[in-house]
Amino acid sequence: MRIDRGELVAGRALLLGLMAITILPFISIFMTALHPSGTVPRGLEWPADPQWGNFIEAFNVANMTALLGSSAFIVLAVVPAALIISTMAGFAIGHLRIPGSRLLLGLFVFGLTLPFGGIIVPLYYLERAIGIYNTRLAIVLPLIGLYMPFAVFWMRAHFVNMPAEISEAARVDGATIWDLFWRIQLPLARAPITSLGILMSVWTWNQFLLALVLVEDPAERTMAGALGAFQGHYATNVPLLCAGTILILLPTLIVFILFQRQIIAALLQGSVKG
Amino acid sequence: MLPGCLRQSKKNTSVNSLSSEGGSGATPAPSVTKMTSEIRPATSVTPRQASANKGGRREHIIGWLFVIPALLMYASFVLLPLLMSVQYSFFRWNGIGAMTWVGLDNYATVLDDPDLLGTVFNAFRLVVFFSFIPVSLGLVVASIMHRMATGRLGEIARTVLFLPQVIPLVAAGIIWGWLLALPGLINEILRAIGFGEVTRAWLGDFDWALPAVGFIGIWVLLGFCTVLLWTGMTKLDPALFESARIDGASWFTEFTRITVPLLRNEIGVCLTVTVIAALAAFDIVYVSTAGGPGNSTAVPGIQIYILAFTEQRIGPASALAVILMLLVLIVILPIQRLNREAT
Repeated sequence: MRIDRGELVAGRALLLGLMAITILPFISIFMTALHPSGTVPRGLEWPADPQWGNFIEAFNVANMTALLGSSAFIVLAVVPAALIISTMAGFAIGHLRIPGSRLLLGLFVFGLTLPFGGIIVPLYYLERAIGIYNTRLAIVLPLIGLYMPFAVFWMRAHFVNMPAEISEAARVDGATIWDLFWRIQLPLARAPITSLGILMSVWTWNQFLLALVLVEDPAERTMAGALGAFQGHYATNVPLLCAGTILILLPTLIVFILFQRQIIAALLQGSVKG
Repeated sequence: MLPGCLRQSKKNTSVNSLSSEGGSGATPAPSVTKMTSEIRPATSVTPRQASANKGGRREHIIGWLFVIPALLMYASFVLLPLLMSVQYSFFRWNGIGAMTWVGLDNYATVLDDPDLLGTVFNAFRLVVFFSFIPVSLGLVVASIMHRMATGRLGEIARTVLFLPQVIPLVAAGIIWGWLLALPGLINEILRAIGFGEVTRAWLGDFDWALPAVGFIGIWVLLGFCTVLLWTGMTKLDPALFESARIDGASWFTEFTRITVPLLRNEIGVCLTVTVIAALAAFDIVYVSTAGGPGNSTAVPGIQIYILAFTEQRIGPASALAVILMLLVLIVILPIQRLNREAT
């Protein structure tokens, strides 16, 4: 295999250039965050006297302890529930093939293209009517519903490829449908369930629109939703805003670096299946 | 007990089906043998179906019970609001008082008001940035990774380029809001390389705000497209590239003649995801420009939010929401169909 030297140099230069463009914004806000609060620093300049205290100040101003708790609560309320019910539905549609499963699948798939903006207005009035507006449930319940098209589709894609023989053997041995699901199919579905769980956790953590519209108090919102409010208050204090932004995206960055392979694989598979 | 039962019923049904065939087959002998030999695979399936039907009703009910929780959540928090959106779109309503039926007036309002209809055009202009550029640039970058950076460099590049995809879009909006500001990094770089006279507050400029927002979209989506397309390329047969090289093809010929045509499926997926991201854009726009200056970056998502929650005009907001949902479907369906034909 021979590759032209000119091509090689040009190609690698383009790669390095794009990597620089991707990384530079992070470096810029990091350096900005270290400048004295309230100043307007230059885009890329290491401060004479780095103000590490900005991170502590942003942590306190953004009420980060409450925020971390709130986001964690929302993720823990959404993800396990969504995983359980979507796996059950995927199992019934993909493996049991209950009557009407094609129709059900079509109904769920239809939701895949739905922009959140299309239903946010009625959601607001619906939640006011049933009295969950401005609580964490206001984010949790719609998110579970909104994840169903993707989650059911994803789990069905797994179950539809499981050989029927496994279940038949179990049925011959007297297993009930519940045994079949709980003791046999569920342990075999660990990989797709894990990927789906990671995906939905990241999406929930990053969810903005629902948090913005459905919960007034930033301390009850998701991380991304709170960041929106933080920006509203500190738009003019650039170093503090940058420090807050870094704090808020730090958890996702850490999760990404830890679970890099799974996240990338999950996101890609997810879109290919979708 | 159950296994025996099952086996018994299987035997029964197969006997039944055979005897019924024999009964109906009082016709010339050759055709009967032909029939049975044709039917053999079918008979081996029927017992299974029959046994499924036996305990069937109960099992189907249990199966449906498995679906109901998911269906219930989906119906209550997605399908119901969807129908409510359609309903609201036919009424004049300020969110508190009485609702007045106005027929298609709200749709007429959206289509007549250049500010409202303009949001749809802005959304399509964003498609260029969110979709066409990341997908085409992603193809080039993925191909470079595939052919010229197979080792550590490619691995690092994929991780780095993917980073913007995992951070909240809001954070991307805030970061770039600062970088594109008058004292921000972009202008500083421009001044450093001698383009001092073009510096401006990019997100506050009537002509440049939309491309600037689009650029944020490129930053976010390029890595996703690149990695997805690269994954597709790694599945292609290396022999194809070898023989092309032996025939003296350059990277470019190889790219246009082999890589792109064979990746139609992955390209379709990238287009679907990014087009939806463009048409349904909200987070980045809300944080970086809030639709401004004027209406130059207002997209349907932003306009729905403003109409409903600051102007209390639920009717037009819902009409725009319905138009947005239809628009996404209309744009996505042909891409999906093209995709299916390719596979």
